[in-house]
Amino acid sequence: MSIEELYRDVILDHNRNPRNRGTLDHPDAHAEGNNPLCGDELTLDLLFDGDRVTEVAIQGQGCSISQSSASMMSQAIKGRTLDEVRNLIATFKAMMDIETAPSQTGLDPDRPGAVLGDLEALQGVRKFPVRIKCANLAWTTLEEALKSRQ
Amino acid sequence: MIDFSHLRQDFPVLQRRIHGKPLVFLDSAASSQKPTQVLDVMDAVYRTYYANVHRGAYLLSEESTTAYEEARGKVARFINAGSRSEVVFTRGATTALNMVAFGWGMDHLSAGDKIMLTMMEHHANMVPWQLVARRTGAELVYLPMTGDYRLDVDRIPELLDERVKVVSFTGMSNVTGTMPPVAEIAKVARDHGALVVVDAAQLVTHAPVDVQELGADFVAFSGHKMLGPTGIGALWGRPSLLEEMEPFEGGGEMISDVQLNGSTWAPVPHKFEAGTPPIVEAIGLGAAVDYLEKIGMELVRRHEQELTGYALDRLAELPAVRVFGPADLEHRGGVISFALGDVHPHDVATILDQEGIAVRAGHHCAKPLTRALGVPATVRASFQVYNTRQDVDALFAGLRRAEEVFRVD
Repeated sequence: MSIEELYRDVILDHNRNPRNRGTLDHPDAHAEGNNPLCGDELTLDLLFDGDRVTEVAIQGQGCSISQSSASMMSQAIKGRTLDEVRNLIATFKAMMDIETAPSQTGLDPDRPGAVLGDLEALQGVRKFPVRIKCANLAWTTLEEALKSRQ
Repeated sequence: MIDFSHLRQDFPVLQRRIHGKPLVFLDSAASSQKPTQVLDVMDAVYRTYYANVHRGAYLLSEESTTAYEEARGKVARFINAGSRSEVVFTRGATTALNMVAFGWGMDHLSAGDKIMLTMMEHHANMVPWQLVARRTGAELVYLPMTGDYRLDVDRIPELLDERVKVVSFTGMSNVTGTMPPVAEIAKVARDHGALVVVDAAQLVTHAPVDVQELGADFVAFSGHKMLGPTGIGALWGRPSLLEEMEPFEGGGEMISDVQLNGSTWAPVPHKFEAGTPPIVEAIGLGAAVDYLEKIGMELVRRHEQELTGYALDRLAELPAVRVFGPADLEHRGGVISFALGDVHPHDVATILDQEGIAVRAGHHCAKPLTRALGVPATVRASFQVYNTRQDVDALFAGLRRAEEVFRVD
Protein backbone atom coordinates (compact mmCIF):
# COMPACT_ATOMS: atom_id res chain seq x y z
CA MET A 1 0.00 0.00 0.00
CA SER A 2 1.67 3.19 -1.08
CA ILE A 3 0.71 6.52 0.37
CA GLU A 4 -0.31 7.72 -3.10
CA GLU A 5 -3.14 5.17 -3.06
CA LEU A 6 -4.55 7.06 -0.10
CA TYR A 7 -3.86 10.56 -1.28
CA ARG A 8 -5.22 10.32 -4.84
CA ASP A 9 -5.13 13.42 -6.98
CA VAL A 10 -8.89 13.85 -6.82
CA ILE A 11 -8.75 13.88 -3.00
CA LEU A 12 -5.97 16.45 -2.96
CA ASP A 13 -7.93 18.54 -5.45
CA HIS A 14 -11.14 18.52 -3.39
CA ASN A 15 -9.09 19.26 -0.27
CA ARG A 16 -7.46 22.26 -1.91
CA ASN A 17 -10.58 23.51 -3.69
CA PRO A 18 -13.57 22.33 -1.68
CA ARG A 19 -16.89 22.56 -3.54
CA ASN A 20 -20.13 24.01 -2.16
CA ARG A 21 -18.41 25.87 0.67
CA GLY A 22 -20.40 28.15 2.91
CA THR A 23 -23.63 28.31 4.88
CA LEU A 24 -27.29 28.87 3.93
CA ASP A 25 -29.45 31.53 5.54
CA HIS A 26 -32.61 29.46 5.89
CA PRO A 27 -31.68 25.80 5.51
CA ASP A 28 -34.37 23.11 5.57
CA ALA A 29 -31.92 20.81 7.28
CA HIS A 30 -28.80 21.50 9.31
CA ALA A 31 -26.31 19.49 11.32
CA GLU A 32 -22.89 19.85 12.92
CA GLY A 33 -20.43 17.05 13.24
CA ASN A 34 -17.00 16.65 14.78
CA ASN A 35 -14.39 14.07 15.63
CA PRO A 36 -13.32 15.02 19.15
CA LEU A 37 -10.24 12.85 18.80
CA CYS A 38 -8.85 14.64 15.75
CA GLY A 39 -10.65 17.95 15.89
CA ASP A 40 -12.23 17.61 12.44
CA GLU A 41 -15.30 19.85 12.29
CA LEU A 42 -18.14 20.20 9.81
CA THR A 43 -21.42 22.06 9.46
CA LEU A 44 -23.87 21.07 6.79
CA ASP A 45 -26.86 23.04 5.46
CA LEU A 46 -29.40 21.63 2.98
CA LEU A 47 -32.25 23.12 0.97
CA PHE A 48 -35.00 20.90 -0.43
CA ASP A 49 -37.58 21.22 -3.16
CA GLY A 50 -40.08 18.54 -2.21
CA ASP A 51 -37.89 15.56 -1.54
CA ARG A 52 -35.07 16.73 -3.79
CA VAL A 53 -31.86 18.32 -2.47
CA THR A 54 -31.44 21.61 -4.31
CA GLU A 55 -28.67 23.33 -2.31
CA VAL A 56 -25.79 22.04 -0.19
CA ALA A 57 -23.43 24.20 1.84
CA ILE A 58 -20.56 22.92 3.92
CA GLN A 59 -18.26 24.70 6.32
CA GLY A 60 -15.51 23.09 8.30
CA GLN A 61 -11.92 22.32 8.96
CA GLY A 62 -9.94 19.17 9.27
CA CYS A 63 -7.71 16.74 7.49
CA SER A 64 -7.70 16.18 3.73
CA ILE A 65 -9.73 12.99 4.08
CA SER A 66 -12.57 14.55 6.07
CA GLN A 67 -12.69 17.71 3.98
CA SER A 68 -12.44 16.05 0.57
CA SER A 69 -15.07 13.49 1.56
CA ALA A 70 -17.40 16.36 2.48
CA SER A 71 -16.70 18.22 -0.74
CA MET A 72 -17.31 15.17 -2.93
CA MET A 73 -20.43 14.30 -0.95
CA SER A 74 -21.83 17.77 -1.53
CA GLN A 75 -21.50 17.27 -5.27
CA ALA A 76 -22.92 13.77 -5.15
CA ILE A 77 -26.11 14.65 -3.28
CA LYS A 78 -26.99 17.91 -4.98
CA GLY A 79 -30.03 17.41 -7.19
CA ARG A 80 -30.77 13.95 -5.79
CA THR A 81 -34.00 12.76 -4.18
CA LEU A 82 -34.11 11.65 -0.55
CA ASP A 83 -34.22 7.99 -1.58
CA GLU A 84 -31.20 8.44 -3.82
CA VAL A 85 -29.33 10.24 -1.04
CA ARG A 86 -30.12 7.40 1.38
CA ASN A 87 -28.82 4.90 -1.17
CA LEU A 88 -25.61 6.91 -1.56
CA ILE A 89 -25.13 6.94 2.19
CA ALA A 90 -25.60 3.18 2.37
CA THR A 91 -23.19 2.53 -0.51
CA PHE A 92 -20.58 4.89 0.86
CA LYS A 93 -20.77 3.34 4.32
CA ALA A 94 -20.43 -0.14 2.84
CA MET A 95 -17.38 1.02 0.90
CA MET A 96 -15.82 2.32 4.13
CA ASP A 97 -16.78 -0.66 6.28
CA ILE A 98 -13.78 -2.95 6.68
CA GLU A 99 -16.19 -5.74 7.65
CA THR A 100 -17.77 -5.57 4.20
CA ALA A 101 -15.82 -7.44 1.53
CA PRO A 102 -14.89 -5.23 -1.45
CA SER A 103 -17.08 -7.45 -3.69
CA GLN A 104 -20.08 -6.80 -1.43
CA THR A 105 -19.88 -3.01 -1.45
CA GLY A 106 -21.97 -2.66 -4.60
CA LEU A 107 -19.12 -0.95 -6.47
CA ASP A 108 -18.11 -2.19 -9.92
CA PRO A 109 -14.37 -3.03 -9.85
CA ASP A 110 -14.25 -3.04 -13.66
CA ARG A 111 -15.69 0.42 -13.96
CA PRO A 112 -14.10 2.63 -11.31
CA GLY A 113 -16.27 5.60 -10.48
CA ALA A 114 -19.39 4.12 -12.10
CA VAL A 115 -21.37 3.97 -8.86
CA LEU A 116 -20.03 6.69 -6.54
CA GLY A 117 -18.03 8.83 -8.95
CA ASP A 118 -15.07 10.68 -7.44
CA LEU A 119 -16.01 9.35 -4.03
CA GLU A 120 -14.62 5.96 -4.98
CA ALA A 121 -11.17 7.50 -4.67
CA LEU A 122 -11.73 7.25 -0.90
CA GLN A 123 -11.62 3.44 -1.07
CA GLY A 124 -7.93 3.62 -0.19
CA VAL A 125 -8.89 4.86 3.28
CA ARG A 126 -10.03 1.33 4.17
CA LYS A 127 -6.38 0.37 4.38
CA PHE A 128 -5.80 3.11 7.00
CA PRO A 129 -8.34 2.17 9.68
CA VAL A 130 -7.64 5.13 11.97
CA ARG A 131 -8.65 7.46 9.16
CA ILE A 132 -12.02 5.84 8.33
CA LYS A 133 -13.71 8.08 10.89
CA CYS A 134 -12.40 11.09 8.98
CA ALA A 135 -13.95 9.88 5.72
CA ASN A 136 -17.25 9.10 7.43
CA LEU A 137 -17.65 12.41 9.26
CA ALA A 138 -19.49 14.18 6.42
CA TRP A 139 -21.81 11.21 5.98
CA THR A 140 -22.77 10.85 9.63
CA THR A 141 -23.36 14.60 9.66
CA LEU A 142 -25.58 14.20 6.59
CA GLU A 143 -27.61 11.52 8.39
CA GLU A 144 -28.07 13.92 11.32
CA ALA A 145 -29.16 16.67 8.94
CA LEU A 146 -31.77 14.41 7.35
CA LYS A 147 -33.10 13.55 10.81
CA SER A 148 -33.33 17.26 11.65
CA ARG A 149 -35.62 17.73 8.67
CA GLN A 150 -38.04 15.00 9.68
CA MET B 1 27.73 15.43 21.96
CA ILE B 2 26.18 12.88 24.28
CA ASP B 3 25.68 9.45 22.79
CA PHE B 4 22.84 7.42 24.26
CA SER B 5 22.53 5.00 21.34
CA HIS B 6 23.67 2.07 23.54
CA LEU B 7 20.45 2.51 25.55
CA ARG B 8 18.32 1.52 22.58
CA GLN B 9 18.99 -2.17 23.10
CA ASP B 10 17.22 -1.90 26.46
CA PHE B 11 13.91 -1.14 24.72
CA PRO B 12 12.67 -4.28 22.95
CA VAL B 13 9.92 -2.48 21.01
CA LEU B 14 12.50 -0.37 19.19
CA GLN B 15 13.49 -3.53 17.28
CA ARG B 16 10.13 -3.52 15.52
CA ARG B 17 9.63 -2.67 11.91
CA ILE B 18 6.59 -0.61 10.97
CA HIS B 19 5.29 -0.89 7.40
CA GLY B 20 8.65 -2.45 6.55
CA LYS B 21 10.69 0.39 8.05
CA PRO B 22 12.55 0.56 11.39
CA LEU B 23 10.39 2.10 14.11
CA VAL B 24 11.22 5.73 14.87
CA PHE B 25 9.29 6.45 18.04
CA LEU B 26 8.74 10.17 18.55
CA ASP B 27 5.64 10.16 20.75
CA SER B 28 7.12 9.71 24.21
CA ALA B 29 5.39 12.83 25.51
CA ALA B 30 2.15 10.86 25.18
CA SER B 31 3.68 7.76 26.74
CA SER B 32 7.20 6.42 26.76
CA GLN B 33 8.45 2.95 25.87
CA LYS B 34 9.67 0.61 28.60
CA PRO B 35 13.15 -0.84 29.10
CA THR B 36 13.77 -4.53 29.82
CA GLN B 37 14.95 -3.48 33.28
CA VAL B 38 11.37 -2.38 34.10
CA LEU B 39 9.64 -5.25 32.32
CA ASP B 40 11.78 -7.87 34.07
CA VAL B 41 11.20 -6.45 37.52
CA MET B 42 7.43 -6.41 36.98
CA ASP B 43 7.46 -9.92 35.58
CA ALA B 44 9.46 -11.14 38.58
CA VAL B 45 6.92 -9.73 41.02
CA TYR B 46 4.09 -11.76 39.51
CA ARG B 47 6.23 -14.87 39.15
CA THR B 48 7.96 -14.96 42.49
CA TYR B 49 6.44 -12.95 45.33
CA TYR B 50 3.17 -11.32 44.35
CA ALA B 51 0.54 -10.81 47.05
CA ASN B 52 -1.57 -7.95 48.32
CA VAL B 53 0.24 -5.34 50.37
CA HIS B 54 -0.19 -4.20 53.97
CA ARG B 55 -2.47 -7.10 54.81
CA GLY B 56 -1.15 -10.61 55.11
CA ALA B 57 0.92 -11.96 57.96
CA TYR B 58 2.69 -14.22 55.52
CA LEU B 59 5.98 -13.99 53.70
CA LEU B 60 4.73 -13.14 50.19
CA SER B 61 2.67 -10.23 51.43
CA GLU B 62 5.61 -9.05 53.48
CA GLU B 63 7.87 -9.18 50.43
CA SER B 64 5.33 -7.40 48.22
CA THR B 65 4.80 -4.75 50.88
CA THR B 66 8.53 -4.20 51.26
CA ALA B 67 9.02 -3.88 47.49
CA TYR B 68 6.03 -1.52 47.21
CA GLU B 69 7.31 0.72 50.01
CA GLU B 70 10.86 0.59 48.66
CA ALA B 71 9.50 1.84 45.35
CA ARG B 72 7.95 4.74 47.23
CA GLY B 73 11.34 5.40 48.76
CA LYS B 74 12.95 5.42 45.31
CA VAL B 75 10.42 7.91 43.99
CA ALA B 76 10.90 10.07 47.08
CA ARG B 77 14.67 10.10 46.61
CA PHE B 78 14.30 10.76 42.86
CA ILE B 79 12.47 14.03 43.51
CA ASN B 80 14.40 14.79 46.73
CA ALA B 81 11.37 14.56 48.99
CA GLY B 82 11.98 15.01 52.71
CA SER B 83 10.68 11.54 53.45
CA ARG B 84 8.93 8.69 51.66
CA SER B 85 5.66 9.47 53.45
CA GLU B 86 5.45 12.67 51.37
CA VAL B 87 4.88 10.53 48.27
CA VAL B 88 1.34 9.31 47.61
CA PHE B 89 0.98 6.69 44.92
CA THR B 90 -1.85 7.54 42.52
CA ARG B 91 -3.17 6.22 39.24
CA GLY B 92 -1.24 8.94 37.44
CA ALA B 93 -0.80 12.70 37.26
CA THR B 94 -4.48 13.18 36.40
CA THR B 95 -5.64 11.44 39.59
CA ALA B 96 -3.02 13.30 41.62
CA LEU B 97 -4.28 16.66 40.34
CA ASN B 98 -7.90 15.68 40.97
CA MET B 99 -6.95 14.68 44.53
CA VAL B 100 -5.62 18.17 45.19
CA ALA B 101 -8.36 20.01 43.33
CA PHE B 102 -11.12 18.15 45.20
CA GLY B 103 -9.33 17.19 48.43
CA TRP B 104 -7.92 20.63 49.09
CA GLY B 105 -10.11 22.81 46.87
CA MET B 106 -13.52 21.75 48.19
CA ASP B 107 -12.49 22.68 51.75
CA HIS B 108 -10.64 25.88 51.00
CA LEU B 109 -12.34 27.55 48.07
CA SER B 110 -15.57 29.50 48.08
CA ALA B 111 -17.43 32.00 45.95
CA GLY B 112 -15.25 34.97 45.09
CA ASP B 113 -11.98 33.05 45.37
CA LYS B 114 -9.81 32.62 42.31
CA ILE B 115 -7.88 29.70 40.91
CA MET B 116 -4.97 30.75 38.74
CA LEU B 117 -3.99 28.44 35.89
CA THR B 118 -2.05 29.16 32.71
CA MET B 119 -2.85 29.07 29.01
CA MET B 120 -0.43 26.17 28.67
CA GLU B 121 -2.21 23.64 30.80
CA HIS B 122 -3.03 20.11 29.80
CA HIS B 123 -6.72 19.31 30.31
CA ALA B 124 -5.63 17.29 33.38
CA ASN B 125 -4.67 20.51 35.14
CA MET B 126 -7.62 22.49 33.85
CA VAL B 127 -10.77 20.38 33.92
CA PRO B 128 -10.47 19.26 37.61
CA TRP B 129 -10.23 22.92 38.64
CA GLN B 130 -13.19 23.80 36.42
CA LEU B 131 -15.22 21.11 38.19
CA VAL B 132 -14.21 22.42 41.60
CA ALA B 133 -14.80 26.02 40.52
CA ARG B 134 -18.31 25.10 39.47
CA ARG B 135 -19.05 23.55 42.86
CA THR B 136 -17.42 26.20 45.03
CA GLY B 137 -18.24 29.30 43.03
CA ALA B 138 -14.54 30.11 42.64
CA GLU B 139 -13.39 31.79 39.42
CA LEU B 140 -10.64 30.73 37.03
CA VAL B 141 -7.97 33.14 35.83
CA TYR B 142 -5.36 32.28 33.27
CA LEU B 143 -1.80 33.51 33.01
CA PRO B 144 -1.27 34.24 29.30
CA MET B 145 1.57 33.22 27.02
CA THR B 146 4.09 35.54 25.39
CA GLY B 147 4.72 35.78 21.64
CA ASP B 148 7.70 33.45 22.03
CA TYR B 149 5.62 30.74 23.70
CA ARG B 150 6.67 31.38 27.29
CA LEU B 151 4.51 32.14 30.29
CA ASP B 152 4.01 35.87 30.63
CA VAL B 153 5.43 36.08 34.17
CA ASP B 154 5.36 39.89 34.00
CA ARG B 155 1.58 39.66 34.24
CA ILE B 156 1.69 37.74 37.53
CA PRO B 157 1.73 40.77 39.90
CA GLU B 158 -1.35 42.18 38.22
CA LEU B 159 -3.29 38.88 38.07
CA LEU B 160 -2.24 37.58 41.48
CA ASP B 161 -4.65 39.57 43.62
CA GLU B 162 -5.72 38.74 47.16
CA ARG B 163 -8.55 36.55 45.88
CA VAL B 164 -6.20 34.03 44.25
CA LYS B 165 -6.05 31.02 46.58
CA VAL B 166 -4.41 28.48 44.26
CA VAL B 167 -1.84 28.72 41.49
CA SER B 168 -1.61 25.49 39.53
CA PHE B 169 0.64 25.27 36.49
CA THR B 170 2.71 22.99 34.33
CA GLY B 171 6.41 22.41 34.85
CA MET B 172 6.79 21.72 31.14
CA SER B 173 4.24 22.13 28.38
CA ASN B 174 3.30 18.95 26.55
CA VAL B 175 2.61 21.04 23.44
CA THR B 176 5.26 23.76 23.15
CA GLY B 177 7.91 22.12 25.31
CA THR B 178 8.13 25.36 27.32
CA MET B 179 9.73 25.04 30.74
CA PRO B 180 8.47 27.93 32.86
CA PRO B 181 10.57 29.25 35.76
CA VAL B 182 8.78 27.03 38.28
CA ALA B 183 10.70 28.04 41.40
CA GLU B 184 10.31 31.74 40.61
CA ILE B 185 6.55 31.50 40.06
CA ALA B 186 6.13 29.23 43.09
CA LYS B 187 7.92 31.69 45.33
CA VAL B 188 5.84 34.67 44.25
CA ALA B 189 2.61 32.70 44.62
CA ARG B 190 3.48 31.23 48.02
CA ASP B 191 4.66 34.57 49.38
CA HIS B 192 1.28 35.79 48.32
CA GLY B 193 -0.35 33.03 50.38
CA ALA B 194 -1.61 30.91 47.51
CA LEU B 195 -1.34 27.14 47.33
CA VAL B 196 1.12 26.15 44.60
CA VAL B 197 0.54 23.03 42.54
CA VAL B 198 2.89 21.88 39.79
CA ASP B 199 1.87 19.47 37.04
CA ALA B 200 5.22 17.76 36.48
CA ALA B 201 3.96 15.01 34.15
CA GLN B 202 6.42 16.08 31.45
CA LEU B 203 9.03 17.81 33.58
CA VAL B 204 9.85 14.81 35.75
CA THR B 205 11.21 12.76 32.87
CA HIS B 206 12.92 15.54 30.93
CA ALA B 207 14.91 17.31 33.67
CA PRO B 208 16.04 16.82 37.26
CA VAL B 209 13.22 17.56 39.69
CA ASP B 210 14.00 18.60 43.24
CA VAL B 211 10.83 19.38 45.13
CA GLN B 212 12.80 21.35 47.74
CA GLU B 213 14.13 23.65 45.02
CA LEU B 214 10.80 23.95 43.18
CA GLY B 215 9.21 25.30 46.34
CA ALA B 216 5.69 24.14 45.44
CA ASP B 217 3.10 22.69 47.81
CA PHE B 218 2.10 19.79 45.60
CA VAL B 219 3.80 18.16 42.63
CA ALA B 220 2.01 15.61 40.43
CA PHE B 221 3.39 13.19 37.85
CA SER B 222 2.80 9.90 36.04
CA GLY B 223 4.95 6.81 35.75
CA HIS B 224 4.21 5.92 32.15
CA LYS B 225 5.91 8.96 30.65
CA MET B 226 9.12 8.23 32.60
CA LEU B 227 9.76 4.71 31.27
CA GLY B 228 7.48 3.14 33.89
CA PRO B 229 4.16 1.33 33.47
CA THR B 230 0.69 2.84 33.08
CA GLY B 231 -1.71 3.03 36.01
CA ILE B 232 0.80 4.48 38.47
CA GLY B 233 1.85 8.00 39.32
CA ALA B 234 2.57 10.08 42.35
CA LEU B 235 1.54 13.13 44.26
CA TRP B 236 4.22 14.77 46.37
CA GLY B 237 2.91 17.11 49.02
CA ARG B 238 4.20 19.14 51.94
CA PRO B 239 3.72 17.01 55.07
CA SER B 240 1.48 19.53 56.86
CA LEU B 241 -0.81 19.79 53.84
CA LEU B 242 -1.02 16.03 53.41
CA GLU B 243 -1.88 15.73 57.09
CA GLU B 244 -4.63 18.27 56.82
CA MET B 245 -6.10 17.35 53.40
CA GLU B 246 -9.17 15.13 53.27
CA PRO B 247 -8.89 11.85 51.38
CA PHE B 248 -10.29 11.94 47.88
CA GLU B 249 -11.38 8.31 47.91
CA GLY B 250 -12.57 6.10 50.74
CA GLY B 251 -12.19 2.36 51.03
CA GLY B 252 -9.95 -0.33 52.35
CA GLU B 253 -6.37 0.29 53.38
CA MET B 254 -6.87 4.01 53.97
CA ILE B 255 -8.55 3.73 57.37
CA SER B 256 -7.36 3.54 60.93
CA ASP B 257 -10.73 2.53 62.36
CA VAL B 258 -14.20 2.24 60.90
CA GLN B 259 -17.33 2.66 63.01
CA LEU B 260 -20.88 2.68 61.72
CA ASN B 261 -21.06 6.44 61.96
CA GLY B 262 -17.62 7.41 60.81
CA SER B 263 -14.02 6.49 60.45
CA THR B 264 -10.54 7.68 61.19
CA TRP B 265 -7.81 7.68 58.61
CA ALA B 266 -4.62 5.75 58.29
CA PRO B 267 -1.47 7.86 58.50
CA VAL B 268 -0.15 9.74 55.46
CA PRO B 269 0.38 8.62 52.73
CA HIS B 270 -1.87 5.57 53.19
CA LYS B 271 -4.99 7.59 53.85
CA PHE B 272 -4.84 8.64 50.19
CA GLU B 273 -4.41 5.10 48.87
CA ALA B 274 -7.84 3.53 49.15
CA GLY B 275 -8.27 -0.01 47.88
CA THR B 276 -5.66 -2.39 46.55
CA PRO B 277 -3.07 -0.16 44.92
CA PRO B 278 -1.35 -0.85 41.58
CA ILE B 279 1.32 -2.86 43.40
CA VAL B 280 3.28 -4.21 40.47
CA GLU B 281 3.08 -0.91 38.64
CA ALA B 282 4.49 0.93 41.66
CA ILE B 283 7.39 -1.51 41.82
CA GLY B 284 7.83 -1.05 38.06
CA LEU B 285 7.96 2.72 38.57
CA GLY B 286 10.68 2.15 41.15
CA ALA B 287 12.64 0.22 38.52
CA ALA B 288 12.14 3.06 36.02
CA VAL B 289 13.53 5.48 38.60
CA ASP B 290 16.55 3.18 39.04
CA TYR B 291 17.05 3.18 35.28
CA LEU B 292 16.87 6.97 34.94
CA GLU B 293 19.08 7.55 37.99
CA LYS B 294 21.70 5.23 36.58
CA ILE B 295 21.89 7.45 33.50
CA GLY B 296 21.57 10.58 35.62
CA MET B 297 18.86 13.17 35.08
CA GLU B 298 21.41 15.96 34.45
CA LEU B 299 22.71 13.94 31.53
CA VAL B 300 19.16 13.10 30.38
CA ARG B 301 18.45 16.82 30.25
CA ARG B 302 21.65 17.63 28.35
CA HIS B 303 21.12 14.83 25.86
CA GLU B 304 17.64 16.08 25.21
CA GLN B 305 18.75 19.70 24.82
CA GLU B 306 21.31 18.63 22.24
CA LEU B 307 18.79 16.52 20.38
CA THR B 308 16.17 19.28 20.51
CA GLY B 309 18.69 21.82 19.23
CA TYR B 310 19.59 19.50 16.38
CA ALA B 311 15.92 18.91 15.54
CA LEU B 312 15.11 22.63 15.56
CA ASP B 313 18.06 23.25 13.22
CA ARG B 314 16.93 20.55 10.83
CA LEU B 315 13.31 21.71 10.88
CA ALA B 316 14.54 25.22 10.08
CA GLU B 317 15.85 23.80 6.80
CA LEU B 318 12.23 23.30 5.73
CA PRO B 319 10.71 26.72 4.99
CA ALA B 320 7.18 25.30 5.23
CA VAL B 321 7.70 24.18 8.84
CA ARG B 322 6.51 26.52 11.57
CA VAL B 323 7.52 25.53 15.11
CA PHE B 324 5.28 26.49 18.04
CA GLY B 325 7.68 26.76 20.94
CA PRO B 326 10.58 28.72 22.41
CA ALA B 327 13.78 28.76 20.37
CA ASP B 328 15.96 29.10 23.48
CA LEU B 329 17.01 25.62 24.64
CA GLU B 330 17.32 26.86 28.23
CA HIS B 331 13.58 27.40 28.35
CA ARG B 332 12.34 24.29 26.64
CA GLY B 333 12.46 20.52 26.63
CA GLY B 334 12.28 17.87 23.95
CA VAL B 335 8.70 18.31 22.84
CA ILE B 336 8.35 20.03 19.46
CA SER B 337 4.99 21.02 18.00
CA PHE B 338 4.88 22.28 14.47
CA ALA B 339 2.85 22.81 11.32
CA LEU B 340 3.91 21.81 7.82
CA GLY B 341 2.52 24.44 5.47
CA ASP B 342 -1.23 24.03 5.37
CA VAL B 343 -1.09 20.24 5.35
CA HIS B 344 -3.33 18.98 8.11
CA PRO B 345 -1.40 17.38 11.01
CA HIS B 346 -3.32 14.11 10.65
CA ASP B 347 -2.25 13.83 7.05
CA VAL B 348 1.36 14.50 8.07
CA ALA B 349 1.11 11.84 10.78
CA THR B 350 -0.32 9.27 8.36
CA ILE B 351 2.49 9.85 5.87
CA LEU B 352 5.12 9.67 8.63
CA ASP B 353 3.55 6.45 9.92
CA GLN B 354 4.06 4.89 6.50
CA GLU B 355 7.75 5.72 6.96
CA GLY B 356 7.76 3.98 10.37
CA ILE B 357 7.74 7.27 12.28
CA ALA B 358 5.32 7.63 15.19
CA VAL B 359 4.33 11.21 16.00
CA ARG B 360 1.24 12.69 17.59
CA ALA B 361 -1.17 14.87 15.67
CA GLY B 362 -3.99 16.75 17.32
CA HIS B 363 -4.63 19.16 20.16
CA HIS B 364 -2.62 17.10 22.68
CA CYS B 365 -5.29 17.42 25.38
CA ALA B 366 -4.62 21.15 25.52
CA LYS B 367 -7.39 22.63 23.40
CA PRO B 368 -7.24 26.18 24.78
CA LEU B 369 -3.50 26.29 24.09
CA THR B 370 -3.86 24.88 20.57
CA ARG B 371 -6.59 27.43 19.92
CA ALA B 372 -4.29 30.20 21.17
CA LEU B 373 -1.67 29.03 18.68
CA GLY B 374 -4.27 29.75 16.00
CA VAL B 375 -4.36 26.23 14.59
CA PRO B 376 -6.84 23.37 14.89
CA ALA B 377 -4.07 20.91 15.65
CA THR B 378 -0.31 20.46 15.47
CA VAL B 379 2.14 17.70 14.67
CA ARG B 380 4.22 16.87 17.72
CA ALA B 381 7.54 15.05 17.89
CA SER B 382 8.86 14.31 21.37
CA PHE B 383 12.03 12.74 22.67
CA GLN B 384 13.13 10.30 25.32
CA VAL B 385 16.50 8.87 26.28
CA TYR B 386 16.34 6.32 23.45
CA ASN B 387 16.02 8.85 20.63
CA THR B 388 18.97 9.70 18.42
CA ARG B 389 20.02 12.11 15.68
CA GLN B 390 19.16 9.34 13.22
CA ASP B 391 15.55 9.57 14.45
CA VAL B 392 15.59 13.30 13.75
CA ASP B 393 17.03 12.67 10.29
CA ALA B 394 14.26 10.14 9.63
CA LEU B 395 11.68 12.73 10.68
CA PHE B 396 13.25 15.25 8.33
CA ALA B 397 13.13 12.80 5.42
CA GLY B 398 9.53 11.88 6.31
CA LEU B 399 8.50 15.54 6.25
CA ARG B 400 10.14 15.91 2.86
CA ARG B 401 8.01 12.98 1.73
CA ALA B 402 4.87 14.65 3.09
CA GLU B 403 5.78 17.83 1.21
CA GLU B 404 6.10 15.78 -1.95
CA VAL B 405 2.73 14.03 -1.53
CA PHE B 406 0.94 17.28 -0.72
CA ARG B 407 2.97 19.33 -3.18
CA VAL B 408 4.08 21.87 -0.62
CA ASP B 409 6.25 24.49 -2.30
